[in-house]
Amino acid sequence: MYGPADGKGAEIGEPGKFPFTRGIHATMYRGKLWTMRQYAGFGTARETNRRYRYLLSQGQTGLSMAFDLPTQIGYDSDDPMALGEVGRVGVAISSLADMEQVFERIPLDKVSTSMTINATAPILLALYLAVAEKQRVPWTKVSGTVQNDILKEYIARGTYIFPPKPSLRLIADVVEFCAKEVPGWNTISVGGYHMREAGCTAAQEIAFTLANGIAYVQTCIGRGLNVDRFAPRIAFFFNCHSNFLEEVAKFRAARRLWAHIMKKTFGAKNERSMMLRFHTQTAGSTLTAQQPDNNVVRTTLEALAAVLGGTQSLHTNAKDEAIALPSEESALLALRTQQIIAHESGVTGTVDPLGGSYFVESLTNELERRARQYLDKIDRMGGTLAAIENGYVYREIFRAAYEHQKSVERKEKIIVGVNEFVSDKPPKIETLQLDPRVEPRRRRELASLRKKRDATKAEKSLAALEKGAARTDNLMPLLVACVRNYVTIGEICRVLRGVFGEYRAKQSL
Amino acid sequence: MKRKRPIKVLIAKAGLDGHERGALVVAMGLRDAGMEVVYTGIRNSPEQIVQAAIQEDVDAIGLSSLSGGHMTLFRRVMKLMEKENVKDVLVFAGGIIPAEDARKLKQFGIQEVFGPGSSIAAIARFVARRVKARRS
Repeated sequence: MYGPADGKGAEIGEPGKFPFTRGIHATMYRGKLWTMRQYAGFGTARETNRRYRYLLSQGQTGLSMAFDLPTQIGYDSDDPMALGEVGRVGVAISSLADMEQVFERIPLDKVSTSMTINATAPILLALYLAVAEKQRVPWTKVSGTVQNDILKEYIARGTYIFPPKPSLRLIADVVEFCAKEVPGWNTISVGGYHMREAGCTAAQEIAFTLANGIAYVQTCIGRGLNVDRFAPRIAFFFNCHSNFLEEVAKFRAARRLWAHIMKKTFGAKNERSMMLRFHTQTAGSTLTAQQPDNNVVRTTLEALAAVLGGTQSLHTNAKDEAIALPSEESALLALRTQQIIAHESGVTGTVDPLGGSYFVESLTNELERRARQYLDKIDRMGGTLAAIENGYVYREIFRAAYEHQKSVERKEKIIVGVNEFVSDKPPKIETLQLDPRVEPRRRRELASLRKKRDATKAEKSLAALEKGAARTDNLMPLLVACVRNYVTIGEICRVLRGVFGEYRAKQSL
Repeated sequence: MKRKRPIKVLIAKAGLDGHERGALVVAMGLRDAGMEVVYTGIRNSPEQIVQAAIQEDVDAIGLSSLSGGHMTLFRRVMKLMEKENVKDVLVFAGGIIPAEDARKLKQFGIQEVFGPGSSIAAIARFVARRVKARRS
């Protein structure tokens, strides 16, 4: 039982005011609903274009672009390394021709696009800007996000290419370039989502995410950029897991902690630099392959927690994601889930309705305290880069994942349909099947593209990129020049791998 | 009682997929069950996996992929094993693998497919039983 003695002295404040415990806007969802942004993209550019236009026609308000692994790791669809992975977890993009097709009949000044892309983020941004040019949309009118958060890739998600130092340089290149040329672009989305999926706890999710955020701010300041010039364009991306009230408190604690860090550590003056804006996705790892209909209920609860925690945008998972890529029908149900929360549940009518709850305020304090402890520990190790390189963060996460598994096996944690309330009926589920002819088709398309394009122009722009990479030039303009000439992502990355080298993880049990 | 060599297992991430929670949890669980476990880390081609299995002289290989590339990649591992004449090695798999695909994978010689929610204890029992049967 919690009472007036709990959560006492909490720095609650007012919504829309420092330290933003209760939300970053004074009116929250009374003023504007969150953006409903379903992560999608698969197979070919043409199929992805069709799914996007369908989602937009169903009331989705922003696009969220998923790329296949070769695109994320800098291999063209016809590279031997891409074997088996083309078009699997997202759309395959190798050149401007693919990107043009994805956005056919989608005017880039009318939508905002969030791209889940990290190691190759500068190239995908360059491609997006080149499509805008072709659509005659000025760069000042486009808006969107690149994840551009490489540090968590070394920890949990694994789509790194280059070593940390040149990777951080590329991140700063994007930040610096956008501050001048693409003011509506969110340049970094610092993610806790993947570390949480990999197994860390709520407090660790806050700490490891903010630690990476701190490293990016330090890098950009080191570049000579003014903190208030770029910090308002840094956003966050959190998981929303199954423990309802803990998740609500997690978002509130993260907001308060970041506001203090930005103000005290980095001397930000602009309040927008101190506001932790975030996207949320419900937790894929809480979905079960057993009794998949139960996943709709899990996702609803998680989505509600994200809303009560004050999220700016939300992706709700489809019920079949523990089994395969979502079908069109289950993807629609996932979108409907958040529309029902938004328009029927009534929770949007009050700003931070849980604010002042004895338990929620006390839990917010507790999570903030535990996250601070981790941050201090990382600080003592010499910052997040050191903590990543010495394997600390990786070990912490997988230790937590293993503990979780053991507690499920001992039935200390109950997962409905998995270790309790089990039924023998095999799940009946329609899953999306990808066309197996995608890879050979992509090989043919790329061969024809390489024949058709102006080879001299392509080679020249690639040579200029190589020179710039060896110096300290901002690579964004050089990348835009390359993609305009239909140089592929794989070709660009081959050149950059030559200059920067490749990162190899030292993994051990 | 005569001391026997512990069961040696290679846990391998195939393809470009970086989701290693499942692979690591299984690896740690099998190790705690008394087996010797080698973990490849992420991003391995089928060729690299089969080479590692030969070099480490393992009794079993656990393949993991959550990116949907399992049909192409796991099948290639099985083909390469045949080509390299690797016999008597138990191969099992895990990841996001639809039932239909799991059926096909078993036809290629993969002994079992463990989906989300599988218990480590059950995987350990399975590996121990099958490896012992192969040794005797």
